[in-house]
Amino acid sequence: MAVSYTSREQIEVYRFSWPVAILIPLLAIFLQAFLPLRFSFFSIFDLPLLIVIFFAMARRSQVAGLMTGAVIGLLQDSLTHHPLGVYGIAKTVVGYGASSLGVKLDVESVGTRLLVTSGFYVVHQIIYFTIARLLVGLDLHWVWSRELIAAVANAVVGVLLFTLMDRLKERA
Amino acid sequence: MDTFIGRYRNVSILAAAVFLQLIGLAYQVKKQTSKDSEESSRLLRVWAISAITPLEKGIVRLQTGTGNLWHNYVYLRGVRQENRDLQEKLQKLQLEQVRLQQDATQARRLQSLLGFKEQFIDQTIAAQVIGSSGSEQSRVVYIDKGSTDGIKEGMPVISAEGIVGKVILVQSSVSQVLLINDQTSGVGTILEQSRLQGVLKGRASGQLVLDKVMSEEDVKTGERVLTSGGDQIFPKGLPVGTIGEVKRGGEFLQVQVKPAAALNHLEEVLVITKKREREPDKAAVSSMRAADILAQRLPQVPDKPAEPAKTGSQIIGSTNLTKPATAGGMAPGVAQPKPTIGASVPSPGTQPKPIAPVPTGTTQTTTHPATLGSVPLTTKPVQSRPLQNGASGNAQATSQPKATPAGTAPAATTVKKPAAQPAQTTPPIQTAPQSDTGDTPQ
Repeated sequence: MAVSYTSREQIEVYRFSWPVAILIPLLAIFLQAFLPLRFSFFSIFDLPLLIVIFFAMARRSQVAGLMTGAVIGLLQDSLTHHPLGVYGIAKTVVGYGASSLGVKLDVESVGTRLLVTSGFYVVHQIIYFTIARLLVGLDLHWVWSRELIAAVANAVVGVLLFTLMDRLKERA
Repeated sequence: MDTFIGRYRNVSILAAAVFLQLIGLAYQVKKQTSKDSEESSRLLRVWAISAITPLEKGIVRLQTGTGNLWHNYVYLRGVRQENRDLQEKLQKLQLEQVRLQQDATQARRLQSLLGFKEQFIDQTIAAQVIGSSGSEQSRVVYIDKGSTDGIKEGMPVISAEGIVGKVILVQSSVSQVLLINDQTSGVGTILEQSRLQGVLKGRASGQLVLDKVMSEEDVKTGERVLTSGGDQIFPKGLPVGTIGEVKRGGEFLQVQVKPAAALNHLEEVLVITKKREREPDKAAVSSMRAADILAQRLPQVPDKPAEPAKTGSQIIGSTNLTKPATAGGMAPGVAQPKPTIGASVPSPGTQPKPIAPVPTGTTQTTTHPATLGSVPLTTKPVQSRPLQNGASGNAQATSQPKATPAGTAPAATTVKKPAAQPAQTTPPIQTAPQSDTGDTPQ
C-alpha cells in the first residue's frame, strides 16, 4: 500500500469527453436511487461520492472538482425530500479536497486510492451529518463503527470502479 | 481545453455566467408540480426527477416484462399442484367470507346506530415503485403514477401487507412517496387488543417506534398495530405492523414496531385515491333497534308455525343450548346477558310466551340454537325491566325461514323485527325480558 508524493513534473492532468462527464454522474445517481430497492445492502455505498472523488482527482483542478461535487450533490439532493444543498455542500467540499490532494499525491496507486476514498467518505459524512443536524434539524446519530465499515466498503468499491473508469480518461 | 477556452474566451464566460444564473434560478424558482396541485417544487428538483425517473421506469418495465414472460409462459413447474391448493384455499375462504360478511353487516348496522362515521377505501390505483432517494436519511420512493392518473399530494399509499406511506410530491407521471419509517413521518395508530393509541414515527435508522406511550401502559410484544384514522390520512383499521421490542425506563416506553409492509423491498403499491365517509343510514335504521339488528343474526323457525306442544329443546333439535332472549343486550353500552349452555332447558310442553317482565334478579334462560360465533356461553342473572317502545315485538319469532350463516347451528328459530311483518309474527319460542332494553338507542 504505497502512498507517494508526486512532483509537479509527474502530475498527469486528465480530461473527460462531454458524454462521459454527463452520463457517468447521471448513471451513478440512477444506480444509487434504483439498486437499494432491489438490494437493501446497497444503500451503504455512495456511488455519486465515488464519482466526485474520481473526477476531482483525475482533473486535478480545484474549481472543476468543486463544481463537479456541487452539481452531483445537488442532483442527489433533488431526489430526497430534504432541502437542496445538504449533499451539495458536502460533495463540493469533497470535490475541492480531492482535487487539491490529487495535485500532491500519486493517486493512481491502489493504496492511495483506498486511503483517500475511505478518508473522504468519512469527511463527507461528517459534513453531511453536521449540516443535516444543525441546519435541517434531522435527528441523526453518528455511529463510528457503521461509518468506518461503510468507508472501507466504499473504498473497496471505489478502487474497482476507478480501475474501470481509468479507461475513460483522456490526457489533457 | 485551454485552446478552446482561449479561442472562445468571451463565449465561455458568457456560457458560464448563464449556466450559473440558470442554476441559481432553478434553485429559487418554484414550479407548480401538477395542474391540480397547489404545491410547487423547485425547478431543479423537477428537472432532476424528470431526468432520472424515465430510465427507472424503463428498467422496471423491462424487468417486469421479462419476469412475466418467464413466469407466465416458461417456468410453469408445479403450477397444477399450486392451482389445486389455491382452489382448496379459495373454497375455505369463501366459507369464511360468508361468515365475515354477516359479521360486517351487523357491525355496520350497530355503528350506524351509534352515529359512527367511518372512512372506507373507495378507489385505489396500483402503482409500481421505480426508485428511491438513494439516501438512508431520506426514506422516500418514487412511483410510476402521477397527476395524470389522479394522484394528489397527501394520498395514503398501502401495500397488500399494510400501510406504506403518503404521497408528498406529484408530477405528471411520477410521484414521491414518504415512507412511514422516515423520521419526518407520523401515523396515528391503535393497538388491536389493548386499544392503546399512539403516534408511529420513523427513526434515522429506519426503525418504527410508537411515540409517547406512558411507561405504565401494558404493551405486549407481538400485538398488532392498526391505523386509528386520527391522522386524517389513513382510513381506520389498516394493518401497520406488530409490536417488537418494548424497552422500559423513563416517563415513556420505547416501543419498536415491525412494519407489516416490506418497506425495504417495495415493488407494487396501492394509492388510495378516494375515501368515502359513510354516514349512518338513518332511513334504514330509524325504525331499527339494536335488538332488531342482533335478531337478524338469530336462526329462524321453519315456515310452519311452531307447534305449541314442542319444547325448546325439540325445536332446536339435539342442540342443548340455551340463551337469554335478549337480543337487545347487544345494544351499545348496555349490559348484555349472555347465552348459557343447557343448564335449564324448558320442560316439555312449555308454551312459548311473549316477552314479559320477569322478577328482578331471577336467572332467566331461554332455548336458542344459535351459537353466535364466538360469544361465550355463560349463565347470567337478568335484570328485568318493563319494556319500552314496543320492545316486546322486537324479539318475536317469525315463521320465515332464513339461511343460516356458515358455521352456526342449524336454523331453528329466528327473531325478526316487528316492523317487517308485525301481524304475521308467531309467538316467540321462549322469551325473557330484555336486559335494559329500554335504554337501547333508537
